[in-house]
Amino acid sequence: MPDVDFVQLLTPEGERVEHPDYSFTGDDETVRGLYRDMVLTRRLDVEATALQRHGELGIWAQLLGQEAAQIGAGRALRQQDYVFPTYREHGVAWCRGVDPLRLLGLFRGVDFGGWNPSDHNFNLYTIVIGAQTLHATGYAMGVQRDGVVGTGDPDRDTAVVAHLGDGATSQGDVNEAFVFAASYQAPVVFFCQNNQWAISEPTTRQSVIPLYRRADGFGFPGIRVDGNDVLATYAVMQSALQRARDGGGPTLVEAYTYRMGAHTTTDDPTRYRHSDEVEHWKLRDPIARVEAHLRRNGLADGEFFEQVAREAEELGVHLREGCRQLPEPVVTDLFDRVYTEISPELADQRDEFADYVGSFEEAVR
Amino acid sequence: MTTMKLTLAKALNAGLRKAMEDDPKVVLMGEDIGRLGGVFRVTDGLQKDFGEDRVVDSPLAESGIVGTAVGMALRGYKPVVEIQFDGFVYPAYDQIVTQVAKFHFRSGGRIPMPMVIRIPFGGGIGAVEHHSESPEAQFAHTPGLKVVACSNPADAYWMIQQAIASPDPVIFLEPKRQYHAGAVEVDLDATPDPLFTSKVAREGDDVTVCAYGPTVGVALRAADAAAGEGRSLEVIDLRTLSPLDLGPVEESVRRTGRCLVVHEAHVNLGVGAEVAARLTESCFYSLEAPVLRVGGLDTPYPPARAEHQWLPDLDRVLDAVDRSFAW
Repeated sequence: MPDVDFVQLLTPEGERVEHPDYSFTGDDETVRGLYRDMVLTRRLDVEATALQRHGELGIWAQLLGQEAAQIGAGRALRQQDYVFPTYREHGVAWCRGVDPLRLLGLFRGVDFGGWNPSDHNFNLYTIVIGAQTLHATGYAMGVQRDGVVGTGDPDRDTAVVAHLGDGATSQGDVNEAFVFAASYQAPVVFFCQNNQWAISEPTTRQSVIPLYRRADGFGFPGIRVDGNDVLATYAVMQSALQRARDGGGPTLVEAYTYRMGAHTTTDDPTRYRHSDEVEHWKLRDPIARVEAHLRRNGLADGEFFEQVAREAEELGVHLREGCRQLPEPVVTDLFDRVYTEISPELADQRDEFADYVGSFEEAVR
Repeated sequence: MTTMKLTLAKALNAGLRKAMEDDPKVVLMGEDIGRLGGVFRVTDGLQKDFGEDRVVDSPLAESGIVGTAVGMALRGYKPVVEIQFDGFVYPAYDQIVTQVAKFHFRSGGRIPMPMVIRIPFGGGIGAVEHHSESPEAQFAHTPGLKVVACSNPADAYWMIQQAIASPDPVIFLEPKRQYHAGAVEVDLDATPDPLFTSKVAREGDDVTVCAYGPTVGVALRAADAAAGEGRSLEVIDLRTLSPLDLGPVEESVRRTGRCLVVHEAHVNLGVGAEVAARLTESCFYSLEAPVLRVGGLDTPYPPARAEHQWLPDLDRVLDAVDRSFAW
C-alpha cells in the first residue's frame, strides 16, 4: 500500500496534526457532533445491510468505511447549498436531515426516492454513474444566474456539491461536467470519494495519475484529502465550498478512502481483492481515530459515548420497524407521475388497467 | 390583426423571442447559438438582445448541454436546448432517456422537468452522414417525453411557445429542409390550436394521409396531383407524436376507409406502425384496406446523391394511394 500525499489533520492514532493550508476551525462540541454523525451513519449502514440479509431490502449500497468522507462533506455545507448525491451518500443525506428510513425505499423497491429534494436541498439518488455531475453543474449555472455567488452575504452565497466515485471519473458525463464547470466558472465542488474499487476494478484501471490531478487539465484546483479523517475532510470541503460561493469557480476534492464492505450486498469482494488490504484499512478506521482523540484528551466522557450508543439503538429500531411499514407501490398510481399533465392516451390506459384490475375484485365478490 | 411574413426559421426565432420576453426564466442553450445565431440562424440576434446568460453558447458536448439543462431546470429555469443536427442527439440520448424523461416519475410527481429539446430533423439538404436523420420514434417510445413536429411557419411560431410553456419535457422536431422555404404571412394575434393536437391540413373524401414535419408538404403536393386524377386526399398534420392525437384521423378514416402514414423515418417499428395498429383497433370495420406506410427505407440514411430516391416523395405517396384502392 503506497503512502499517498493528502491533507490530514487527525492521524489514524487520533493525534491532531497541523497542515500549512488547512485547519479545522470547529470546537470540541463540533468534533463530538461529527463523531455522533459517523456512529449513527454506520449504524444506518449496518442496519440496512441486515435488512437486506433478512429479505426486507432487495439490495443495499454499503458505505462502511466512508463515514468520515461523507460526514465531513455533509457538515461543511451551509443550509442554502445544494447536493447531488450518487446512490451511496447515506451519510450526507443524514446531514441534510433526510429521515434515513426514506433512503430505504429505493432499495426495498417501493419508490425511487422518498424525500422531497427541495425540502433538504438534497437531490434524489442518481444511479446512472456520473449523470448527476452535469445536473450539479447546471444547477450551479442557475445559481450564478440568480445572483447568489460572490455577494459576500454568508446566508445567500450558494455552492453546489456533485458527488461521484473513482469509477465515475472515467465517464464522459463527468469529464463534460468538468469542462462546463470550468468554462462558466460554476460554483460547484466535485467531491470524489475514491474508495479504491469500482465494483471489482481498482482505481488504477480508471486512471494512471492520482484522481485529484485530473483537475489540472481542466483548469481548476484539485486537492486530495484523507477521506478517513473527518476533520480534514470538513476543513478541505469548507474551503472548497467557500471558494465556490465567493465566485472562485469549481474544485475537485478527492477524498482518499476505502470501501470496507462490498459494492452492494449482491457483490462478493473476496473474488477480486486480498484480505490484507482490508486489514490495512481497518487500522485507518474513520470512527476509531475520533474516539481515540476524544477519550485521550478527555473531550468526551463515558456518558457521551453511552448516549450515542443509545441513539444508535433507537435508530436501529426506527429502521427495522419503519422499513416493513413503508407503503407498497400501487400500479394505478404510476400513470399520474409520468407527466405533470397526463396525456389523454395515458389516462385511457390508466382507466383500462384500473378496470382490468377491478375485474378481479368483482370476480372475488 | 398583426401579421408578419416569416419563413419557418424566422417564425421559430420570433416564437423564441416572444417566449423569452414573456418569461425571464427561459434560457437557450446550445452549440453556436449565440454570436453565430445557430447553424440554421434560428436563434439569430437573440444573444445580442437577451445577453450571454440567457442565450448560452455551450461547449461542444451534447450530453453536457442536456445534463446541465436538467440542473438549470431543477433550479427553476426553463431551458430550451438546441441540438445542432438530428444525428448528434445520440451523445445526449442517455441524459434524455434516463434523466429528462424520468425525473418527474422518479420523484413521485414532485419535481417537474420543464425543458424543450429542439432538433432539426429529416433529410433533403444534400448533407453528409448524420445530418439528415429522423429519430422521432426513439423518443416517442420513451414514457416521460412528449414529442411534437412543426410543418409550417405559423405552427412553428405557436408550437415553440406552447412547448416552452409546457411543464413537461418536449422533444421539438423542426423540418430542417423547410427552414428557409418560402415565407408566409403569420397572424401573431391568432388563437393557436392546443399543442398536443393533430389537425386537418387539407380536406378530402377518398384517402386519409397522415404526415408530420417535412412530409406534410409532400402529402399536400400529392393531394394536388391526385386531384388531377379525380382522387380526393384528406391530409392530416399529426403535429404531435407523443401523445398521438388520432381523433381527427379516426373521424376521417371512418369516412374514407383508407389511410396512409407518410414519414421520412424508417418504416420498421416507426410512428406509422403505431398509427396503423391503433386505427386497426378503433376503425376496424371502417377500413377498406390496411393502413399503408410510406417512409424511409430500412437502411441507414444514404449518401446525399441517393437521398431523393430514398425519401418518400409525391410518386411514392401516389403509388400507395393506388395500392390502397387496388386492395
